[in-house]
Parts: sequence; structure tokens; C-alpha cells
Amino acid sequence: MHWESLQAFLHMGGYAGYVWGSYGATAALLLLEVWLLKRRAAAFKRKKDEE
Amino acid sequence: MSLLNIRWFKYSSPPAFYPLAGRMIPYFAVAATLLIAAGLYLGFFEAPTDFQQGEAYRIIFIHVPAAWMSMFLYLLMAGYAALALGLNARLSAMMAASLAPTGALFTLIALLTGSFWGKPMWGAWWVWDARLTSELILLFLYIGYLSLQSAIEDRRRADRASAVFALVGVVNVPIIYFSVKWWNTLHQGASISLTKAPAMAHTMLLAMLVMALGFWMYSIAVVLMRVRCVIAEREREAGWMRDRVESD
Repeated sequence: MHWESLQAFLHMGGYAGYVWGSYGATAALLLLEVWLLKRRAAAFKRKKDEE
Repeated sequence: MSLLNIRWFKYSSPPAFYPLAGRMIPYFAVAATLLIAAGLYLGFFEAPTDFQQGEAYRIIFIHVPAAWMSMFLYLLMAGYAALALGLNARLSAMMAASLAPTGALFTLIALLTGSFWGKPMWGAWWVWDARLTSELILLFLYIGYLSLQSAIEDRRRADRASAVFALVGVVNVPIIYFSVKWWNTLHQGASISLTKAPAMAHTMLLAMLVMALGFWMYSIAVVLMRVRCVIAEREREAGWMRDRVESD
């Protein structure tokens, strides 16, 4: 562990926007994919149950 | 039961594969979560600061694995497409179609994170360098494949046309990979290669590899989720799907 404080960690040596932007965008996209797939499976199941 | 006794071909039929895929998803999802958590820990708390790029280099732990996935998934998709084309295998066509969105997603992530890295290091969000341009073409190939899939009404014709398209596009993958060698690019060279010692600290390399494994597990989990949706939607009129009681 080489971070002196939580602030230093969040600051990312002055590159906070770029580093957290990358990680944030990646996390958002991956979670969005999982959510969309769950919705798609649920929609199919609903339709099947109605038939 | 030994591996030889399993009737592997049984699982190449959608009715047999559908429940198997459902049972496998949780294992890959858990593996993905654990590996990505470990990769993040190694990347942020164990890997040292880069002496040239400071903390900005930490984008590498998602950028490089995402770029690898974008190429691997394309090759895998083209492989399944070729199988579907050659053997007329239903499940292979469904696998190819299920791999494409995830491949496109990782291509987008590689481009986005590359942009976030290029701005502080090169001073530009985007440059028309051979590596970046060929990766952008990969995104267009995925989009082209997906458009063909949805534009053609007849399922079998859509699968055949998009398979041919995917196979032609394979030529782009080695171009991406070797672009940093063939052309004088702004993009840095390969981070690891089979012939040279890696040009980075061991903990950095380890974090990157663990993250890449995590992305693999993630990809397998979501592709299995999607192929189940595709099977269910395409075979909804088939007897086995109508009679099926959802248990797994």
C-alpha cells in the first residue's frame, strides 16, 4: 500500500478524472449489459407465461 | 465419469445446451467478480506508480484486457460463424450472434479508456494512428455484423450473410495486433510478448493478467446469458421450449 491518504488515492496523482473516468465508464457499461440481459430474459419469461 | 464418456455432441443441440448454460452462469459470474476484485486490488494497491506516466498508467489494467477481449471475442465469433456456415449448426450460429454485442462492448471500452489515457499522455483524445484506426474499424465490423443480423428477416439467410461478413473481417485482427510493429505509431508497443521479457513490473503484469482473466469469466457469463435469450426467442415455437417449465 503506497497511498498516504484517502485524498491522495482519490486524487490519483492529478489524473483523477482520467483514471476514475475510465473505471467508472467501464463499470457502468458492464453493469448495463448485465441489466439489459436480465430484462430481456424476464421479458421473454413474462410473454411465455401469458401464453 | 471420465471426460471421454461424456457425450459432448449432445450439448451441441439447443435443448440440451439451454439448461447446461443456465447452470454454468453462476460459476462464471462468481469467478468474474472475484477475479476483477483481485485485479482492482492488485492494480490500485500493489502495483507501483509508473516512473514516466505517474498514476495515469493505471488505466492499463482495464484498457489492455478490454483490447485483448475485443480481438479474442471477434476471433471466437468468426470461428462459430464458420462452424455454423460449414456444418449448418444451429447452436453455433446462435453463439456467434451472442458473442457480437459483448465483443463490441469491449471494443468500445478499449477505445474509451484509450481516449482517457491518450488525453493526458499525448495531449489528444484521438489521433488517426494505425492502432487506434484499426481498433475503430473493429468496432465498425461488430456494428456491421449486428446490423446484418437484424436487417435480414429470414433467420438462416441472416446467419449466413453475417457469417461471411465476420469471416472477411478477420483480416483486421492481425492488422490491429501488429499495427504497432508495421507502422510507426504514437501508440506504444506490445506490453507483453512471447519472445521478450515483459517491459513492466511484475505486480503490474500480474494485475493486468488477473483483470484479463476476470474479463474472460465476465464474457463467458454474459454470452451464456445472451445465448439462452437467443435460444429461447428463436425456438419459442419448438415443442421442447413450449413444454419447458423454467427451473434452471
